[in-house]
Amino acid sequence: MEQKDPKNTRVVVGMSGGVDSSVAALLLKQQGYDVIGIFMKNWDDTDDNGVCTATEDYNDVIRVCNQIGIPYYAVNFEKQYWDKVFTYFLEEYKAGRTPNPDVMCNKEIKFKAFLEHAMSLGADYLATGHYARVVYRDGEYKMLRGIDENKDQTYFLNQLTQEQLSKVMFPIGHLEKAKVREIAKQANLATAGKKDSTGICFIGERNFKEFLSQYLPAQPGNMETFEGEIKGRHEGLMYHTIGQRHGLGIGGAGEPWFAIGKDLKRNVLYVGQGFHNEKLYSDAIIATNVSWVSNRPKPTEFDCTAKFRYRQEDHKVTVRLLEGERCQVFFHEPIRAVTPGQSAVFYNGEECLGGGTIDEVYKNGERLTYVG
Amino acid sequence: MERIYLDHAATSPMHPKVIERMLEVMRSVPGNPSSIHSFGREARRELDLAREVMAKSIGAKVNEIIFTSGGTEADNMALFGVAENYQQFGKHVITTAVEHHAVLHACQKLEQLGFEVTYLPVDETGRISVSDLEAALRDDTILVSVMYGNNEVGTLQPIKEIGELLKNHQAKFHTDAVQAYGIENMDVDECFIDLLSVSAHKINGPKGTGFLYVRSDVKLAPRLFGGEQERKRRAGTENVASIAGFHEAVVIANKERDEKREKFINFKKMMVQRLQELSVEFAINGSLENSLPHILNLSFPGTNVEAMLVNLDLGGIAVSSGSACTAGSIEPSHVLVAMFGKESERLTNSIRLSFGFSTTAEEIIKTAEETAKVVSRLKK
Ligand SMILES: Cc1ncc(COP(=O)(O)O)c(C=O)c1O
Repeated sequence: MEQKDPKNTRVVVGMSGGVDSSVAALLLKQQGYDVIGIFMKNWDDTDDNGVCTATEDYNDVIRVCNQIGIPYYAVNFEKQYWDKVFTYFLEEYKAGRTPNPDVMCNKEIKFKAFLEHAMSLGADYLATGHYARVVYRDGEYKMLRGIDENKDQTYFLNQLTQEQLSKVMFPIGHLEKAKVREIAKQANLATAGKKDSTGICFIGERNFKEFLSQYLPAQPGNMETFEGEIKGRHEGLMYHTIGQRHGLGIGGAGEPWFAIGKDLKRNVLYVGQGFHNEKLYSDAIIATNVSWVSNRPKPTEFDCTAKFRYRQEDHKVTVRLLEGERCQVFFHEPIRAVTPGQSAVFYNGEECLGGGTIDEVYKNGERLTYVG
Repeated sequence: MERIYLDHAATSPMHPKVIERMLEVMRSVPGNPSSIHSFGREARRELDLAREVMAKSIGAKVNEIIFTSGGTEADNMALFGVAENYQQFGKHVITTAVEHHAVLHACQKLEQLGFEVTYLPVDETGRISVSDLEAALRDDTILVSVMYGNNEVGTLQPIKEIGELLKNHQAKFHTDAVQAYGIENMDVDECFIDLLSVSAHKINGPKGTGFLYVRSDVKLAPRLFGGEQERKRRAGTENVASIAGFHEAVVIANKERDEKREKFINFKKMMVQRLQELSVEFAINGSLENSLPHILNLSFPGTNVEAMLVNLDLGGIAVSSGSACTAGSIEPSHVLVAMFGKESERLTNSIRLSFGFSTTAEEIIKTAEETAKVVSRLKK
C-alpha cells in the first residue's frame, strides 16, 4: 500500500457534533491532511418550538470546524435512513426481535451512502470518530478493537468489508476516551465538554416507549410464567427485551422477575424469577447476514471469541460456516440472554473478524422459540 | 485559488463606492436624525436625501418610504401591518406557493391568528395565472401578496395585470421586490402596487437595511413601538450610515441597470451555450425569457445538489441551491415543488447561479467548464 503525502490526501470526516468526531478531525488536520468536515442529517426531530437536535449539533460542527480551520458541509440522508434503517428497525420490532439500528446505520448509511458521497467529493478516505482501528497487515485490511476497551465500537462495525476498510480511517481508535476529552479541552474545542449522545440517534434523549408507540401500535397482553400462571399485564411486547428486569412491576416474595420470552401469536410475555433463571441461558445460535472482514477462505469450522451484545465480555465459541451467509455458533459455556435481532460479533484477540445477526437461539440442540 | 462568486441573489458584495460613502458618513455624521441640533440635522439630511432617491426609483412619494432592517422586516411589516388594520373588512389573504419564506412563514403565522390564506399554484415556469387569482379573490380578501421576481428561479410574475385586476378591489396589493429591485424597472402607480419590499444587500448595499413602500392611503399598523421615527410606523433610531450606503447603491443601480441587464442576459446565454458545447445534460428551471436577468437555475439529471455544491465550492466556485437549509442540509425547494411536484428529480439536482457587478465572462466560461467536469464525475 503506497502512502500519499497527507497534504495531497483528502479526508472527509463524518462529524456528528460530538467530541469524538471533533477530535478525529483535529488530529487529521494536525497531521497535515486535506480535511473536510461533513455533518450527516439522518433524522428530523423538529419539535413544536422549531428546535431540532440536528440543528444544534450542526451548529457545534460549524464551531469546531471553524476552530480547526476546515471547510464544513452537511448532507441529508433522511430518505435513505428511513428506507434502510428505520423500516428495518420497525420490522424487527414487529417480528418480536430486538434490532440493532446502529449496525444497520453503519452498514447502509455511514459506510455506504456517506462513503459514496465522500468519494464523490474527491476524498481518498472517510474518517469517523469510532473507537476502532484499521491496519494493513499481511496483505489485507484488519479491523482491530479500539484501545479503550470500554469504548470499543467494533461491535457496531462488524459488517465492514475490505473494500470499505480500504477507504476508512479511525483517527481516535488508538486513544482512550479520557485522552480524547483531554485533547478536545486543550484545543479548546467547542464540543470539549459535550455530553456523549446516548442510545439510538433518532430517539436521542427521548422516552423510548413513547417514541416507539408513535410508529407501532402497542398491544397490551398478559405476562405469564412458563407454567401458565398469569402474573399481570404488559403494555406491548416490543417494550421488553429478553433478560431485562425493569418495567415488569411484579412484586411478591422471592427473587426478582425478568422478561424471559415472548409468544407473538398469543401476545404473551413470559416472565421468570432470578437473574440466572435457566430459561435465559442458551448454548448455540444460527446467525444470518454473516459478513467477514477478510476475503480469504476460512476453515468451515474454527474457534474464536464472540460478543452477543455491545459491551459484553468475550465468550469462547466454535463457529461452523453454513451456506447463504449463515453460520452456527456453539458456545463453550451457556450464555445468558442471547437475543435475536442483536449482532453476534467474532474476534480473534484484538482483531474483529466480522459478524452477523442472531436469528435462532438453541439449547441442548433444541430451538428456543420463545426468545423470538 | 481564485474564487468565483455566483451567488449574488443570496447576497451581493458592497460596491466600493457604497463602502466609501458609508465610511464617510460614519466618520462625519455622528448625530441622531431626530435631534434638533446641527448634528441631528446633518443626519436627518442623509435620510431625506436617501428617501427621495428611493421614492423616485419606484415612482413613489417620499413619505411613502419606511426604512427597515431589510427585506424580511419589510415583508413582515406589510403583511401583519395590513392584516391587523384591515381585518374588519375580511380575514382572507392571497399569496403564491413560491414566495420567499419571509412571506410564506408570515402567512402561516396569519393563519394561526385566524386569517385564511390561499396559496396560488404556479405553472412549470413558476408563474401564477391571473385567472387563478381572479377566481381566488373574494369580497373578504384584504391582501394579495405576489412577489415581483422569484429568488430561486428568477421567474417574473404578471405584476401589472395583477395590479389592474386589484385596482377596483378592496384588497391591498403587496409585492416582494427584493430580488427584482434595481435590475427591473418598476413603477408603483403604473402597476397599482400598494406595498413593496426592498432589501439593500441584494443590490450591493449593506446587509440589514431595506425599505417598505406603503401607498399613502394605506393604513399600516406598526410592529415596533417607541420613538416617532418613520412617522411612528417604525420606531427606533435609523441606521444612518447604512441608509446612506443604500442610497449610493440605488444611484449606481439606476445608472447601470440597462448595461447590467444586457450583460447578465448574455451571461445566461453563454452559460447555456457552453454547457451545450460540452455536451452536458441539463434543463432550465423557469424560463430564459420571462425572468430576472441575474438568476439562472439549472437542473442536471443524474447528479445530486449536495455533491454538486460541495464539489464546486472545493473548486472555488460559489453557487447555491437557492433553497433553505436545515441543519446545513438542503431541503427540497418549495419553489421547485410548486413548479414540478414533490416527486420530481429536479428537487434534488438543481443549482442556482446568480450574477452581479463583479461577474465576468471568463468566470461564466470557467464555471460552465468546472460544472461539466463535476457533472460527468458525479454521473459515473
Ligand atoms: C425574495 C426575497 N424576499 C425577502 C428576502 C429577505 O431579505 P433580507 O435578507 O434583507 O431580510 C430575500 C433574501 O433572501 C429574498 O430573496
